[in-house]
Amino acid sequence: MTHDVGLHARPSVKLTKLAKGYASEIEIAAAPEGPWIDAKSIVKVMALKAKRDTIMHVRARGADACSAVTALLALIEHDFDDDHANAVAG
Amino acid sequence: MSDKVGIVIVSHSPDVARGAADMVRQMVGNEVPLGFCGGNPEGGLGTSVEKIMKAIEEAWSERGVAILVDLGGAETNSEMAIEMLPPDRQGKVVICNAPIVEGAVMAATEAWGGATLEDVRRTAEELSPQ
Repeated sequence: MTHDVGLHARPSVKLTKLAKGYASEIEIAAAPEGPWIDAKSIVKVMALKAKRDTIMHVRARGADACSAVTALLALIEHDFDDDHANAVAG
Repeated sequence: MSDKVGIVIVSHSPDVARGAADMVRQMVGNEVPLGFCGGNPEGGLGTSVEKIMKAIEEAWSERGVAILVDLGGAETNSEMAIEMLPPDRQGKVVICNAPIVEGAVMAATEAWGGATLEDVRRTAEELSPQ
């Protein structure tokens, strides 16, 4: 994650909104061993307080799991860019 | 008519109410019905039942409305405003026990995703001290 301030308020809302657009269960973690948290829970995502340069981990289970993981990783990689987020979230 | 739960922000200060509403608009977007009010009818700090009822009307959704308040009078006046609503609307408005700014953003994010009124309230209240 290269966003200047990390997973703070505004990026957290964007990530959660994007995750809510998918039917799959989606979880994120700031370390491979977890803890894994529900990407659709704004409170939990914000409480993660992941900082810049954290390697974010995303996993999903469900019919649209692949596209969900791809979209979330793209959002994180692109610094939670407005246009990109809107394009993916529709 | 929106398919999303509406959010109402009730502060003693018009500036706080407007500022919290700005944060919801900028962070979550315009898709969630939003109403806000602050200040007494004389223009000072305080809350007014009339203004709260108007804010509820602005944010009205058949899915329900979640109200975020700051201090004492904001809550009691919001309760009075709910009691003065038409009977068929009273059961669709709840007051969240949550910090006003953070709660509004959290509740609006949950509402944006199409959550029920109860889930919106639960999300806002997840923030409160346990």
